Amino acid sequence: MAEKRKKKSTAVDKEIITLTNVCKAYSTGAPALKDVNLRINKGEFVFIVGDSGSGKSTLIKLLLRELTITSGYINVMGYDLAKIRHRKIPKFRRNLGIVFQDFRLLKDRNVYDNVAFAQRIIQKSNKEIKKNVPSILAIVGLAGKYKAKPRQLSGGEQQRVALARALVNQPAILLADEPTGNLDPKNSWEIMKLLEQINENGTTVIVVTHNREIVNAMQKRVVTLKKGVIVSDEEKGGYIDED
Amino acid sequence: MRISTFFYTLRQGFRNLFRNKWFTLASIATISACLFLFGLFYAIVTNFQHIVKTAEEGVSVTVFFDEGLEEIKIQQIGDQINKRPEVSAIHFVSAEEAWDTFKAEYLGEYADGFTENPLEDSANYEIYLNDVSMQPALVTYLESLDGVRLVNRSDIAATTLTGVNALIAYVSVGIIAILFAVSVFLISNTVTIGISVRKEEINIMKYIGATDFFVRSPFVIEGMLIGLIGAAIPMGIIYMLYNVVLEYVTNRFSMLSSLLSFLTVEEIFNVLIPISLGIGVGIGFLGSIVTVRKHLRV
Ligand SMILES: Nc1ncnc2c1ncn2[C@@H]1O[C@H](COP(=O)(O)OP(=O)(O)OP(=O)(O)O)[C@@H](O)[C@H]1O
Ligand SMILES: [Mg+2]
Repeated sequence: MAEKRKKKSTAVDKEIITLTNVCKAYSTGAPALKDVNLRINKGEFVFIVGDSGSGKSTLIKLLLRELTITSGYINVMGYDLAKIRHRKIPKFRRNLGIVFQDFRLLKDRNVYDNVAFAQRIIQKSNKEIKKNVPSILAIVGLAGKYKAKPRQLSGGEQQRVALARALVNQPAILLADEPTGNLDPKNSWEIMKLLEQINENGTTVIVVTHNREIVNAMQKRVVTLKKGVIVSDEEKGGYIDED
Repeated sequence: MRISTFFYTLRQGFRNLFRNKWFTLASIATISACLFLFGLFYAIVTNFQHIVKTAEEGVSVTVFFDEGLEEIKIQQIGDQINKRPEVSAIHFVSAEEAWDTFKAEYLGEYADGFTENPLEDSANYEIYLNDVSMQPALVTYLESLDGVRLVNRSDIAATTLTGVNALIAYVSVGIIAILFAVSVFLISNTVTIGISVRKEEINIMKYIGATDFFVRSPFVIEGMLIGLIGAAIPMGIIYMLYNVVLEYVTNRFSMLSSLLSFLTVEEIFNVLIPISLGIGVGIGFLGSIVTVRKHLRV
């Protein structure tokens, strides 16, 4: 249970995500999230797992303030997301890196421009862009393919580009919604290893996944959702089987 | 805003133009048509006004006096006329002057045979008006004066000219207003298409933390570029056509050419270019900003 998790209280463990009694109901159907309590500290690596329709994507969308909560309290990086002003949202989002299952690259631009795009948006200078983009492409292992268009890349490579784009602005938190959902086991592992490496460099990483094998192998914190409720939250947890 | 961001945004604006070529072309064509007509009307109306004004300046009323009227009486009549508000200038022409002019204009060297002035009683006042529509009232007044034998009015129907002028202005304003509305509508549509085509990109931008301004600017720039190009094309065409048409009109109606004084292409363009560019860019800005505010509530 969420409450069971002991909160360590060292200086490094600064809490950067707090959800208290959060409910989210869409206009139709049963609430997607019910009474969710979740605390995540700076530098953590957290898997979010659960059946299809259990509310994982909804949770991610609440964290990036694409959706607003119906009731409760949500704070990310010190921003009260229920109250945040519309024009503050861009500034808030610059603390986040986001990766999706379907990569969402700009198909008309090459690898370099896709990553540079993120830097343009936060109005980095040309000089910084020329420095930052190649170095992040090297980290994700795509230094040699910076001129390729997305359609000339494999799924794994495309997801690395998406990852590079999410990381180039040096976000405090990386949110990944099923980043390996479209990838084969080998590529899935490579992406997960990259995420782990990114986490080791200090970024808080939150990964939604259905990949049982990887979750069980990586021995990270695992939060399990079931029908919109957190049913388990364990350090070094595993993928909980449906009974 | 950073310089590099500004240029990036500008580049994106250009990209948008090419991304939905057909809509861009349609919008440019409409604005071009609109501003072409505007330019045409402007050139015609200003020329017309110029012609009317020149004609008006030449419109005069001539007053002849009773035979043998003393000079002092003539002087008094002159003073009275001068007091009228619609009179802009009054010029006394003595009998000698009238004869000299006549000789120069019609007789040339044959004038030598005359020893006496045959136009003895032709001393007159040439009266110029500042408002042609007051001509009939002035004539009535002059005819009532003592010592006045004859009042001649020049035959240009200046009032009709002014009437036609106003009509042209109204009609052109009406047509241009309609075309402007169509242009704004088309630009708005072009930008809407652009936004829907790039929904995905806009979403990504929002996730990454793009400000409203950053997301919207390329579309507004796109609109303004459409306006700018849409203004430049008709200006170029009118510039090239103007002298050709002018030459044709002057040759074709050469007997009128002494009467018609046209403006030069530079005189027209000094005013037309800033107005047209302003309108073009303005329409582009208006059409896109309205659309972007409606559809890009980011
Ligand atoms: N836009 C929406 N409008 C209405 N209901 C929605 C909407 N999005 C999601 N839901 C509902 O909310 C619930 C949770 O959906 P969510 O997308 O968060 O699930 P998920 O855990 O991400 O599932 P999956 O593993 O299939 O991606 C589901 O019942 C879904 O039908
Ligand atoms: Mg989902």
